[in-house]
Amino acid sequence: MESSKRSNVFISIGSLLLALLFSALLILLLKYSPIEAYGAMFKGAFGSKNSWAATLGTATPLIFAGLAMAISNKAGVFNIGGEGQIVVGAMAAAVAGQYGGGLPKIIHIVICLLAAGIAGGLWAGIAALLKVKMKINEVIVTIMLNYLAVYFVNYLVMNPFKAEGMTARTNYISESAVIPSIIRNTRLNYGIFLAIAVALIFLFILKRTIMGYELRSVGLNPSAAENAGIAAAKYIYIAMFLSGAVAGIGGAVEVLGVHKYYISNMTVKYGYDGIAVSVMGGNSPIGILISAVVFGALKAGASNMNRMTHIPSEFISVLQALVIIFVATPAIVRRGKDRISKGKGKREG
Amino acid sequence: MDTLLNIIACSVRVATAIGFAALGGMLSERVRIINMGLEGMMLFGSFFGVVGSYFSGSAWIGLGLALVAGALVGLLHAVLTIEFKCEHILSSLGINMLASGLTLVLLEVIWKSKGSSSSVKGLGTIRLPIISQIPVIKEVIGTVSPLLILLIICVVFIYYILFRSVYGVRIRVIGDNPEVAGSLGINVYKIQYITLVCSGMLASLGGAYLSIGDINMFIKDMVSGRGYIALAMVVLGRWHPIGAVAVGLIYGMAEGMQYRLQSVTIAPQLVQCLPYLATLIVLLFARSGRGGPKAAGKHYYMKGQ
Amino acid sequence: MYAIEMKHIVKKFGSFTANDDISLCVRKGEIHSLLGENGAGKTTLMNILYGLYGADSGEILINGKEVHLKSPLDAIYYGISMVHQHFMLVDALTVAENVVLGSEPHRGIRFNYEQACKEVAELGEAYGLYIDPKEMVKNLPVGVKQRVEILKALYHKSDILILDEPTAVLTPQEVNEFFEVLKHLRAMGKTTIIITHKLKETIKIADTLTILRKGRFILSRTVKGADEKELAEQMVGRQVLFEVDRKEMPKQQNIALSLEGITYYKRKKVILNDISLDLQYGEILGIAGVEGNGQTELIEVITGLTHPDNGTVSLNGELIKEASARRILDLGIAHIPEDRGARGSVSAFTLWENYILGYHRKCNYQKRGILDVRRVRNIMKTVIDDFGIRCNSTENLMKELSGGNQQKLIIARALSQSPDVLIAAQPTRGVDIGAIEYIHEQLIRFRNQGKSIILISADLDEIMKLSDRIAVIFEGKIVADRPVSMFTIGQLGSYMLGNAAGEVANGEF
Repeated sequence: MESSKRSNVFISIGSLLLALLFSALLILLLKYSPIEAYGAMFKGAFGSKNSWAATLGTATPLIFAGLAMAISNKAGVFNIGGEGQIVVGAMAAAVAGQYGGGLPKIIHIVICLLAAGIAGGLWAGIAALLKVKMKINEVIVTIMLNYLAVYFVNYLVMNPFKAEGMTARTNYISESAVIPSIIRNTRLNYGIFLAIAVALIFLFILKRTIMGYELRSVGLNPSAAENAGIAAAKYIYIAMFLSGAVAGIGGAVEVLGVHKYYISNMTVKYGYDGIAVSVMGGNSPIGILISAVVFGALKAGASNMNRMTHIPSEFISVLQALVIIFVATPAIVRRGKDRISKGKGKREG
Repeated sequence: MDTLLNIIACSVRVATAIGFAALGGMLSERVRIINMGLEGMMLFGSFFGVVGSYFSGSAWIGLGLALVAGALVGLLHAVLTIEFKCEHILSSLGINMLASGLTLVLLEVIWKSKGSSSSVKGLGTIRLPIISQIPVIKEVIGTVSPLLILLIICVVFIYYILFRSVYGVRIRVIGDNPEVAGSLGINVYKIQYITLVCSGMLASLGGAYLSIGDINMFIKDMVSGRGYIALAMVVLGRWHPIGAVAVGLIYGMAEGMQYRLQSVTIAPQLVQCLPYLATLIVLLFARSGRGGPKAAGKHYYMKGQ
Repeated sequence: MYAIEMKHIVKKFGSFTANDDISLCVRKGEIHSLLGENGAGKTTLMNILYGLYGADSGEILINGKEVHLKSPLDAIYYGISMVHQHFMLVDALTVAENVVLGSEPHRGIRFNYEQACKEVAELGEAYGLYIDPKEMVKNLPVGVKQRVEILKALYHKSDILILDEPTAVLTPQEVNEFFEVLKHLRAMGKTTIIITHKLKETIKIADTLTILRKGRFILSRTVKGADEKELAEQMVGRQVLFEVDRKEMPKQQNIALSLEGITYYKRKKVILNDISLDLQYGEILGIAGVEGNGQTELIEVITGLTHPDNGTVSLNGELIKEASARRILDLGIAHIPEDRGARGSVSAFTLWENYILGYHRKCNYQKRGILDVRRVRNIMKTVIDDFGIRCNSTENLMKELSGGNQQKLIIARALSQSPDVLIAAQPTRGVDIGAIEYIHEQLIRFRNQGKSIILISADLDEIMKLSDRIAVIFEGKIVADRPVSMFTIGQLGSYMLGNAAGEVANGEF
C-alpha cells in the first residue's frame, strides 16, 4: 500500500478508536458501564447469524449513501443532499413498484431502480444547476432540498398515494418488484450485491478510465482541468447526477428489499450517515465498503445495547459525529501518534 | 389587517431566532471561518436553555447555561479549524450531528422521552412602556421577548465595533487578507478564537429563544434547518449586521405566512415546504459571493508553520 | 557600529537547513543588497530579522544592542519595517487605513480616521511620496502601491527598511523612480536592505552587497568595482552562460499563427484592443508588457479559453472556428501556462497523470475510454531520463517536485505532441538559475528546428535574450512590433508605460 493510503487507514482506525474512547467516557458520565454497553453492541452486531444479517442489511443503504457522497467529492462538490435524494428515489421505486405487476422480476426491478436513479439524479441536479449557473454554494442548497424532499414526499404519501388504513404509507409493491431476502425475516437482501457492484464499478471508473481521470482533475484543480480542455461544468453535472442516482437507488433498495412500501421517515439520517461513512472510508470505494459495515454494526448493535442497558440508541449519532470530527481532523490523530511514539522513544532511549 | 399584523408579529419572532444565528454566522465568516454548525449551536442553545431552567427553576439561569454551551461549541469549532486545520464544512457537520445526537440522548436520560421535554419556566415577555399604548403598533411589538431587546442591542454593538473601532478594522483586514494582519504582528488566531466563541454564543441565544423564549420546552429537532437558513440570510444581507437581521425579518414573513396557510385548505406538508423554498429563492437573489470576505474557508497559516 | 548585525544565524525547517551559520553586517545609512537565487535563504534570513520566524541559534544586534525578536511587533519597536514581495495591502481599505494598520490612532476603542488621513498626508509630503490618503488601494497602480508600503514603514518610524524583490513588478522607468526614492531615504539617514536576485540593479544602486547561496554566506563587499560576471558565478556556484546559440533563420518564413483584429471586453472595459499579430515559423516572438495589460487575456484567446468579441485567429492560414481549449490542443498549439500550480498542473496527481494532462485522449494513451496506464508509465520513465527530472518514480506526486523540475515536466508535456506553435508564459518564474538555463536551451532548440514560439515574460532580460522579434502590449493594444535589434531596454520600458520612445527624459537604463 502506498504510504499515503496507509496513513489514511491509520487515521480512520485511530479516529474510530478515539471516538469509542470518548463515547465510553460519555457513557460513564451517564452512569452506565461502557463495557456492558460495548459488549451488548458487539453481540447485537456479530453475535448470531441474524445479527450479521442485521449488520449487513443495515450496511447496504449506507454503502449507497457513502458512495454518493464520495462520487460528488471526487469532483469537488459537497453533496449533503443524500437524505433528500434517497427519499425521492425510495418514493419513485415505491410508486413504480406498484404498477406493472405482470412483468418478469428482473425487468420490473430494473425499471424501479432506474426510476429511483433518475429521480435522485434529477433532485441532485437542481443543486448542480444552481452551482454552475449561479455559483450558489451547493451545501445550503442540498440541505434545503433535503427538507423539501421529505415534506413533499410526505405530502404525496398522505394524499395521492396513500394506502388504505391508518398508517401513512403507500400501497405494497407488486411481488414482481420485490428484491428477495438472503436470510428470511431480516433486512439482508440481494441488494447488497448491487451495492458492492456499484462500489467496484466506481473504483474502476475512477482509476482506469478517461472519465474518471477528467472527473478527478476537475475535483482537484478546476482551472488546470479547464486549461487542459476538460469542461469543469460538465463534470459537476455528471458527478451530482450520478451521486443523486446512487443515493436514489439506495433508497429504492430499502423499499424493494426491506419494507416493500414507502412509509414516512423510513430512511431518516441515512444521508448524513453516508457522509460519515464516506469520510471515514477516505472517500474511496473499498474504504466505504468497510466503514459501511462498521457503521452497520454500530447501528445494529445499538438496538441490542438499548435493550440490555437502556442506553438510548441515539447514542450512535454521537459516536458517528465523533468519528466524523476525528477523521476530518487527522491532525488530532497524528498528534496523538506522535506523542505515543515520543513516549516509546523515551522509554527505549 | 388583523392577519397582516399577525404575520408581522410572527415575523419579528422568527427574526429573533434567526437574527442571532445570522449575526453569529456573519462574524465567523468575517474572520474567514465558515460556520455551518450554527444549526447545532442553536440546538444546544435550545436544549441547555431548557435544561438550565428545569433544574434551577429560573429561565435566566437557563439562558446562562445556553450561553456557556454556545461558547464551548464555538470554541470546539475554533480549535478544530484553527489549531487542527480541519475542513470547516466537515467540522460544522460533525458539530451538527453531535448536537442532534447528544440532545436526543440527554432528552431521554433526563425526561425519559423521545420527543419532548416537560414544560419549564420561560423568559416571559416584557410590556414596552410607551409603545404598548400606540394603537396599531402595539399588536406587533407591544409585548416582546427580552431576547428581542437583546438582539437589537447586539446589532448596534456589533455594528459599532465592526465599523467604528480599532478591532473592527482588524477584523475586516483579516477577512480581506490575513497575511497582512500577520505581517504587522496582529494575532490573527486570537481574534479568530474570540470571534468564534462569540459566534457560538450568539447562535445559542437564537436557539434559546426558540425554546425558553417561545414555547417553553424542548422538542426533538426543533431548529429544523434554521441554522442553515441563517447562513443564507448572511449572504443576502451582504455580511452586514443590520442587513443580516433585516433580511431575517423578510424571511420571517414567509414563515409567518406558512403558519397562517396551515389553517387553510392547502395540505400541511406542502405548506411546510415554504420556508425552505423561500430560502432557495433568497439564494437566487443573493448571487452568492459578491461583497463578502474573500475566500472564507481557507486555512490561515502563520509564518513558520 | 553597525545598524544591523546578524551573527551565526541558523534556521532549519524539519530536515531542510534554510540558513546555515550566516553572519551579516549592515552599516547605518547604506543601501545593502542581499543577493542570491531563489531558495538561497535570503527571505528566510530577513523574516528572522523582522521577527516572523525565530532563529534556531545565533544573535541579532541592532545598533550594537542584542535583541530578541518574537514577532513583527518587536521588530517594529526596534525600528525595522519590511516591505514584502507580494504587497501586504488590503484592497478594500483606503491608503490611510492601510498605512496606519497596527498602530491606528484611536480614542479609546474608537478609530480616529480623520487623524489618520492627516498624519499620512503630512508624512507623504515630508518624504516626497505624494499619495491621496483617501484613495482606495485597489484603484492604485503597482508603482504607487509600493509607495504606500514604504509610507507604512515610515509611519512606524522605522529607520531600517527591508525590501523584498521591490522591482519585480516595475517597468524600467518605475525602477528609476524607485531608485530616486531610495536615494532620498538614504539622504534622510535610513538604512535599506534590498533582497534581490537582480545583479544589474544591485550594481546600479547599492552601496554594499552580500551573496547567499544554498543557505550559506558566500561573500560581502562594496559594490564599487565589482564585476557582474564574477558575481553571477558566485551566486550560482559555477560558470553562467549569458548568451544563447541562436541559429540564423532565412528571412521570409511561412506564417504559423495569425491574429487579426482581436478585441475583447470585460464589463464594458476594453481588455484587448484590436490586436493583430503574425507569428512566423522559426521565430520567437516576445510579448513585453507590465502585468495586467492584457497578456493573460491574449493567451486565453489564443489557447481557446476565452472567446474574443471580435477578430480571428488562424493557424497555418486556416481560420480557427469554434475554438475551445481542447480544439486548440488538438490542432497542435501547445501551451506552458503562466501559473503552473494553478492552471498548469494538478499537484495531487502523479507525474504521469500530469504528463498526459490535456493530451489524455490521444490514442497512444488510452483505448476506448480506458487509460493504458502501463504504456503511459513507460513513456514517463523515458521522459524523466531525457529531461533530467529529479524524482523517485513515476508515481511521485507533482507537489513533491521542486519548481524547476515541475516546469521541466510541463515543458516536456508541451513538446510531447510535436506542436507547431508553443505559447510560453512566464516559463522560468520561480525556477532557479540552473533550470532556467536548461529551459532557455529547450526553447531555442525548438525554434532552431523551425517551429515557432510566443514568449510572454515579465523578465525583460529574458525577452531580450530569447526573442527574435518583440511586440509591446499596453492597455490591450500592441504599441510596438519590431525585431529585437531595433530596441534598447530604455525604449522597451518606455513603450511598456505607454510613451512613444524618445519622450521619456529619464535616460538610459
